[in-house]
Amino acid sequence: MSDRRLVALAGQQNAGKSTLFNLLTGLTQHIANYPGVTVDKKSGRYAHAGQSVEVVDLPGCYSLTSYSPEERVARNFLIEDRPDVVVNVLDASNLRRGLPLTFQLLEMGMPVIVALNMMDVAEGRGLQIDLAALERRLCVPVVPVIGRKGQGGEALKAAIAAARDTRPATLNYGALEPAVAELQARLADRGELAGLSARWLAVKLLEADIEAERLLADRLDNPHPILDLAHRLRAQAGGAEAAADRIAAARDALAADIVTACIIATRAGHVPLSERIDRVVLNRFIAPVFLVAIVWAIYQLSIVQGYELTKVTWPVLAGFRNLAAGVLPDAGFLVDPQVRSLGLWMVDSVNTLLNYVPIFLILFALIAILEDSGYMARIAFILDRILHRFGLHGQSTLPFILAGVFAGGCAVPGVMATKGIPDARARMATILTVPFMNCMAKIPLYTLLINIYFPEAKGLMLFYLSTITVIAALLVAKLLTTSVLRHHETAPFVMELPNYHLPTIRGVAQRAFDRTWLYIKKVGTVVVAIAVVIYVLLQFPGVPAEREVAYQSRAETAIADFYTALGDNPHRAAVPDQAALVALVNAATDYRAARLNAGGRAAAEAIDARFAERFPEFVPFVLRAQDDAARAASAALRDLANARTTLRREMRQDKIESSFLGMIGRSMEPVTQFADFDWKINVALLASFAARESSVATLGVLFDQPEGEGAQTLEQRMGAEQAAEGRSALSAVALMLFFALYPPCLATVIMVRVQTDSYRWMGFAIVFPTLLGLAVASAVFTLGSALQLTGLQTMTAVYLLGLAALLIVALPKPWLRLPPRRAAQDMP
Amino acid sequence: MKRAFFGRNGWGRGGRGTGGGQADGCRACWDGCSLDALAPGTTCRIRRLMGCGPVRQRLLDLGIRPEREVTVVRAAPLLDPIELRVGDSFIVIRRREAAQIEVEDV
Repeated sequence: MSDRRLVALAGQQNAGKSTLFNLLTGLTQHIANYPGVTVDKKSGRYAHAGQSVEVVDLPGCYSLTSYSPEERVARNFLIEDRPDVVVNVLDASNLRRGLPLTFQLLEMGMPVIVALNMMDVAEGRGLQIDLAALERRLCVPVVPVIGRKGQGGEALKAAIAAARDTRPATLNYGALEPAVAELQARLADRGELAGLSARWLAVKLLEADIEAERLLADRLDNPHPILDLAHRLRAQAGGAEAAADRIAAARDALAADIVTACIIATRAGHVPLSERIDRVVLNRFIAPVFLVAIVWAIYQLSIVQGYELTKVTWPVLAGFRNLAAGVLPDAGFLVDPQVRSLGLWMVDSVNTLLNYVPIFLILFALIAILEDSGYMARIAFILDRILHRFGLHGQSTLPFILAGVFAGGCAVPGVMATKGIPDARARMATILTVPFMNCMAKIPLYTLLINIYFPEAKGLMLFYLSTITVIAALLVAKLLTTSVLRHHETAPFVMELPNYHLPTIRGVAQRAFDRTWLYIKKVGTVVVAIAVVIYVLLQFPGVPAEREVAYQSRAETAIADFYTALGDNPHRAAVPDQAALVALVNAATDYRAARLNAGGRAAAEAIDARFAERFPEFVPFVLRAQDDAARAASAALRDLANARTTLRREMRQDKIESSFLGMIGRSMEPVTQFADFDWKINVALLASFAARESSVATLGVLFDQPEGEGAQTLEQRMGAEQAAEGRSALSAVALMLFFALYPPCLATVIMVRVQTDSYRWMGFAIVFPTLLGLAVASAVFTLGSALQLTGLQTMTAVYLLGLAALLIVALPKPWLRLPPRRAAQDMP
Repeated sequence: MKRAFFGRNGWGRGGRGTGGGQADGCRACWDGCSLDALAPGTTCRIRRLMGCGPVRQRLLDLGIRPEREVTVVRAAPLLDPIELRVGDSFIVIRRREAAQIEVEDV
């Protein structure tokens, strides 16, 4: 016996395969994609009795046909990787449905071990299972387990270690048996097919399975005689459908027979608990209320409470930034070393992402609870009708909720959550429309613009913006599914409602951590890379030399002023030269940042003490002054620091203006002028591609505070400047609509790439919303100004138009309906 | 009235109104009727499946195959999809798919 074994876990979707996988492998899991498809391949390993065992969790499947990607993947793995043991996970409480898969595995000649899961549920239902009889009938070891409670893991490992090759079981196909036998005999003669079970292949060929035919064509030089024979036998049986029906019927009959022989139902006719819960939860009138309550609870707990939690975690991240600022080369008076700016830029980019980690942890945990409990399938059941109208699927609900239907979510987990949608077309449509939702990072720009232009209609505008995105997403989904996605594979909505289960803490925690980690890993790395690109675009070619000289001379004036102000102040000795002065200003800046981040009086005092220890000579300038000389010194420093801040901000603005990004922004003006975006807004929108949050930050730099006007908020500054340029609330409406439809941020785009497995769709996800947003914004602005509407009127008009379009699409169209009784017409 | 917007035939289809709730067996089974015409609470035997390919296979895998008895448990709040009970499994399908399943009285 070799000391390495390959074990595959096979089973139906709700049989508890994943729980059993976790039970076997513990935390040593590795998730990857199967080549070519977006189906997760989970593998892990454990050691048992001196053997190293690798476990692969096959995707859940009901049978081994070639119709769905999951089943194809599972089947190819079994044929090509030839695992030493297949552990077939069965739901003990619903054995009749699970056994046909077992028969198929046995027919393939796989060494099978049956893991009879959910023994507790079966017991609760009053089912008495005769394990010995079951083992006898199936001729394979049967191990009872309760995955959720961690029982039976050791017994299963022992059974895996002891498993040997089994003889392929033969299932009698009744009337079809002669045909199967004939085909099997022909296949068994061919040496090229060694390693494949001839009987299994015979059955598949009778079912007209495309993959089986392809397999035959691959292995044989001339497969046609056998294919012809299969075709003839199939025709005798009444066609592929009839043959498939008989095969399914034979399997089902055997399953029913085994179940009657091995299981005694002591409480037959009893209504299962899940059904009793569903009578309330899925009641026609209670269901929508309950659904809204659940969704509201998720929103409250994850987004609202998660935000509260980020207030606790943010100081940690800010502390990390301050630490980085301390490690990197010191700042210059006007111009910082490139390493420092780049380093801080990177830390800021990473912090922006990490800031959302608490929210994601809560969100993913709640979603794991929804999934494990079985309610997620019910959400799809309730909402499928509405979503199906727009080419989406019942299971598109969750991605939309995550991405922020209620103003505040994130498209990254939203796109990630599309994985479970079985319908390829609806899944693509969901992936491409999820980014329209209002993620948390869109909110600051909305708030900024609403505060400037719509101070008296804040609530109404926020309502418009948060619901118009849903309208837009549904309409775009309809548009895409009837145009570019028309030829994508679509799947029927046939789904099992799983029993309700109480989720386990371990299962939920593990899923939440796994998904959060995946987010950090996948998104983090790419965002860091792109942050560098944006940095370069913003930094270079830099401020023209003559303007640089002007800034330098103004800086020197400020420094001269500082020394004049100090006069013969006794503290002047601390700053004998420029180097010491720069050190002083930097020390003061760091000190303020640390003080701002300090929580509580004790922490603040500790910072004071540390400062006094590190820079004893600067104490009079920075810490609270005790005497006149120190007070004067600190006033002089404050003036200098202010002058420096102003100069730096002006330089930064100048730098952005003359940067590559600024040039791109300007070059876009001829196009964006129809939507009334000037280059500043273009630059902010471009920068926000890296991370949405940065749009407001960039605008903050660009709408700079003019000197000597005192402290104004960004709202006042931007409002005044924009008004001076003849911009009105109408421009703001155009901008907000564009931002609502704007392409997904970089992290989301990467997720789109991961989930669609295609660079072309990633490109589409960027280009299409940009064009759509620009078209809508231009149309709204042009029409709005032609009709001389106010901002609020325009927004209301756009909203009502969108709503009307939605209703037109959603309303039943009797003239398009198919004849209702097509089934009767097919009758012979 | 959102329900009316999304109702394929308004209120009639799906056994509401016409069937008076708990009809016994199929209504007006001239030559067998389709599963989507059944009112919630009705039990029927499947005669045959129309359709082909993945839908058919998935239905067969879930135990919806000729000769088995199936109960319509309930319709979704917007009347579509419907929930079926076959043996111990509860299965949800759209009316469009249910229309392709031909059933007869038990």
